Amino acid sequence: MASLPEPVERLLEAALVGELTVVNSAGRPITYPLIPLYDGDKVYLTSSTLFSRKLEHIKANPRVSVSLTDPVALGGAAGRATIQGDARIIEDDPHGGWERLLPVWEKKEPSIVTFLKARVALPLFFERALIEVTPRRVLYWADGSPARPPVVTVAGMEAA
Amino acid sequence: MRSTPELDARAGLEKLATYPFQIATWVDADGYPVSVAVEGDVDAGAGTVSFAAPAGLAVPSDRELSLTGSHIRPQPGYGYDERRHVTVWGRVSGAGRGRAARLTLAADRAWGWDESEVPFFEYSERSLGQSRKYFDALSRERGTPVKPRLSLRFLTLRTTRLPFLTATIVPVMLGILIAASHGSFDLVSAVLTVIGASFAQLAINVSNDVFDTAQGADDANVTPTQFSGGSRVIQYGLVSFRQMATLAFAFYVAAAAVGLVLLAIRGSMPLLVIGVVGIVVGLGYTAPPLKLVYRGLGEIAVAVGFGPLMLLGAYVVQTRGALRIEPFIASLPVALLVALILYVNEIPDRRGDAHAGKRTLPVRFSRTAVVGGYRATVVAAYVLVLVGVAAGWLPLPALLVLLTVPLARRVDAGLTPNYDNPYGLMSVMGVNVKLHLYVGLLLIAAYVVVLVAGAVAPGVPLFLR
Repeated sequence: MASLPEPVERLLEAALVGELTVVNSAGRPITYPLIPLYDGDKVYLTSSTLFSRKLEHIKANPRVSVSLTDPVALGGAAGRATIQGDARIIEDDPHGGWERLLPVWEKKEPSIVTFLKARVALPLFFERALIEVTPRRVLYWADGSPARPPVVTVAGMEAA
Repeated sequence: MRSTPELDARAGLEKLATYPFQIATWVDADGYPVSVAVEGDVDAGAGTVSFAAPAGLAVPSDRELSLTGSHIRPQPGYGYDERRHVTVWGRVSGAGRGRAARLTLAADRAWGWDESEVPFFEYSERSLGQSRKYFDALSRERGTPVKPRLSLRFLTLRTTRLPFLTATIVPVMLGILIAASHGSFDLVSAVLTVIGASFAQLAINVSNDVFDTAQGADDANVTPTQFSGGSRVIQYGLVSFRQMATLAFAFYVAAAAVGLVLLAIRGSMPLLVIGVVGIVVGLGYTAPPLKLVYRGLGEIAVAVGFGPLMLLGAYVVQTRGALRIEPFIASLPVALLVALILYVNEIPDRRGDAHAGKRTLPVRFSRTAVVGGYRATVVAAYVLVLVGVAAGWLPLPALLVLLTVPLARRVDAGLTPNYDNPYGLMSVMGVNVKLHLYVGLLLIAAYVVVLVAGAVAPGVPLFLR
């Protein structure tokens, strides 16, 4: 069952890059540009162990957001959104567990398959954890402008 | 070593000003981050960014807010490139009301990454500590060691640097063929020579990583490439230091065992001398007390080891100790070109090497001197072939090596513009490796011609003597 408003799903599916924001132990938001992947229910991102500080923050505080803001990375779409949610780290198998999302990743970044075949060149980049975000609340700006209040939706419910 | 560059607030603001919009983010009352795109006016001199208050959202002034700029360039069919991002943090204060309300962030810290400034591979290498920390934490969490992995095929390739075996195969095959052209050939000892020499090179490759790690050179290198900086399997946590040391020892033992068999079945005093010198040069390359490569003698050690020692060693196994000048002359261009592989590969390593006290030639000398040194040495390699042919020491088909001059010119032309760009230098290093291989293969081909001609048309003069 879709948990997100349809326009936000379209943005997620188009987004080459979104921004994952986590909260560190000092309460400071830290933003990481990442490729958002969507399975129709949850939002997924992956993180190499090389850049795994974000995973430490999520383990300490699972409250995160994924924002979609850059029209260039959204295929020209004008809308913008922020999805707030609870994150879970999936790291049963950092070597290959994340590869279940490879087909969705490949759609956005076809070259990743070529790089994966040559993982000998940069092996640690392909030791990865999955970040699974269960959406809780969505803020959507249809025209992308912050001059108008966002439409706020509780995930899985009608727009408020 | 931090993986992501910390920036001072002003530098962060200067970068932030280059983005068409910024993503304002704060933590809301429920503890979730909220992000909204704004168009800020950056005043890097004053250390502030002002932007219109987003409608319908309460921006707190009692906690930090961040402004992030993020950029990619989509590349259809590939993905994207031109990755860069920057985040600036600070507290906000407000002015005005309603639609006219403006907020001002006073920046106090920043961080970011721009792949045009720090290439992705270097960024990754600088982040190795974070990966180690991750696996250490996961191991503690699970109560059992969790390590990064690589398939056995890739791990073998990476650990032993197997593709570089061409440095051994070329001189050994050449030595065997020259001996055969002189009427000495024994298949069993020829095969054993190839195997033993290969074990010797694998031992040197692996022990080089062990000693470079022990002496800090590989850890200090954040710009390794597929041709330089070692295998890095220890740095990546794929193989432990102890496992690498054991593997190096095993390869040395295997090489020594094959060497002893060869001494037993084709032994001679020249072979014994070559074997002993080979062990001293091979071990002394990185190992104390000699540490030849740390003293700027690596090129000479490699030239001697993978030139005359390998070629003459293979030759005397076949001839049971009889020596001639021809194999020595043939080994010289091979020696110079294999030394140039090391020489060029040391260029991107020079900062890490200098940090570890490894005084290689590119560490010691200026760019002009290093590039000039390459040019002089590669010219010398060709001149040696020409002189060898003119003097009647080498066969006329050896002139085929002149076909590789365009490769040498490509390396020469690529060194200066890529001298400070390790990743730009990668293709140059690749061509340089090919140069040694192709010259070696063409010399081998020359002796195949000599052997075939000797069998089918013995009267055809292939030497100017």
